[in-house]
Amino acid sequence: MDLTELYQSVILENNRRPRNFRKLPTANRIASGNNPVCGDEITVFVQLEGDRIADISFQGAGCAISQASASVMTQRLKGRTLAEAEALFGRFKEIITAGKPDEEDLDLSAFAGVHQFPARIKCATLGWHAAINAVHGESVTATTE
Amino acid sequence: MNPLIVASTPDWAALRADFPILDQTVHGRPLIYLDNGATTQKPRAVIDALVRYYEHDNANVHRGVHELSYRATTAYEAARTRAAQFIRAGAPEEIIFTRGTTEGLNLIAYTFTSRLKPGDAILVTEMEHHSNLVPWQLLAARTGAKLLFVPVTGDDGLLDLSHLDELLASNVKLFAFPQISNSLGTINPVAELCTRARSHGVITVVDAAQSAGHLPIDVQSLDCDFLAFSGHKMAGPTGIGVLYGRRALLEAMDPFQGGGEMIASVQFDHSTWNKVPHKFEAGTPDIAGAVGLHAALDYLDDIGRPAIAAHDAQLARDAYARLAEVPGIRLFGPPGERGGLVSFGLAGAHPHDVVTFADQQGIALRGGHHCTQPLWRKLGIAATTRASFYLYNTPAEVDRLIAVIREAAKFFG
Repeated sequence: MDLTELYQSVILENNRRPRNFRKLPTANRIASGNNPVCGDEITVFVQLEGDRIADISFQGAGCAISQASASVMTQRLKGRTLAEAEALFGRFKEIITAGKPDEEDLDLSAFAGVHQFPARIKCATLGWHAAINAVHGESVTATTE
Repeated sequence: MNPLIVASTPDWAALRADFPILDQTVHGRPLIYLDNGATTQKPRAVIDALVRYYEHDNANVHRGVHELSYRATTAYEAARTRAAQFIRAGAPEEIIFTRGTTEGLNLIAYTFTSRLKPGDAILVTEMEHHSNLVPWQLLAARTGAKLLFVPVTGDDGLLDLSHLDELLASNVKLFAFPQISNSLGTINPVAELCTRARSHGVITVVDAAQSAGHLPIDVQSLDCDFLAFSGHKMAGPTGIGVLYGRRALLEAMDPFQGGGEMIASVQFDHSTWNKVPHKFEAGTPDIAGAVGLHAALDYLDDIGRPAIAAHDAQLARDAYARLAEVPGIRLFGPPGERGGLVSFGLAGAHPHDVVTFADQQGIALRGGHHCTQPLWRKLGIAATTRASFYLYNTPAEVDRLIAVIREAAKFFG
């Protein structure tokens, strides 16, 4: 396949300039994720108000897929309720495992090419797992293994 | 022996044709296999030896009295004799067949449980592969001994030996280190390290996983106590490896695993142990693996290890020098003499992305922590990309590697 199918411009751009890449001073939920296979590490900061994600940010180091995915995730989860966040993660997982883009969700669909690289699915979900753990108040480190 | 003195130059192009797997395209491009530090490809001679063994001689070893068992036993023990000769061990009894380097190192760590006590120390280096670190961590946890480390100088990947004698004098019982670092390419001064350890009465363990298929090894002149390597990293099959141990030490050691073959006599409540090396080889061994390894050792020595070492190191030095000119590159390991691999970081491009990018061009690289996580943590980088070379790699493949790394830098930068 053409590499630009995997590394769509949304991914390259979010990797070069990740959004919400900072510590969040107002965070009341923090969770980390790591991929022991490659050493990628990510920390997600969430300011939870009631059941709504008022603000969210992340820090870490990893491949373009994991960094861009976390960056897009923070943009999409800000302002969402827990239920909405989980539904969105479900849709994202469908996109990257089935490889079917969602016409109505171009940012998440940028990751559809990942399905041709099964080893990279863990990279794409690392930040999401950490975020879901954070909102559930689980202080454990998410791991892709 | 100086690995740079080469009697006659082998015909590398003809040798490359001995490896059937290399004749294929990957993602539409000719395969360029540069992941030899993980495992090497196998020549026709090794594949044929495996097939021949299974088609003609297969039986269990040592216990049967029929013809096939005799042939299998003869072939298995001939492989042991050949392995002893390959590293100039004093006797075949000093060769234990294992699953690979990892099992060899674990065997030593396990059997030394009864020989260490609280207050003792185990010395390793900061450049250990996890397989030459975690078994010692487990041994330390079992015995109350502590782990000490020989530091690595920095990105140039050398051992800082300035305090080695102080370290060795700190109740150290075992000193384990790699001959060639799998993630830096550093060639460590094994003979010097063994001599200095011996002067403190310290037992030495050499991880030769990255060196045995490249450099000539003479355990008697290195004067090491143990040395472990894997068949699959030296043109042989997976599942077979060698642990060399000094005979007196092996005889004094407890067994590793219990089972058939390793016993002399078994009662309901106790047993006595077979002689070395059989004391350490419980159960049916990888007989075909040993036969395949024998063929690999013959294959390597037909070419000549000094020539192979010079060839691989030349490719690595070339790659190192030309990668140094790529903007944003951070190279690891010594700039001068090195083993046949190069490890690097590229600003803005994560190793896994670089490896995926190269794979789409038919180039097999490795990206990640290469099982040396503590080392990278110390050097402040999570992962690197590694290109590792073997006898079938060519200067043209290095050209292609450099071009693709430059493209990747542009693509992700």
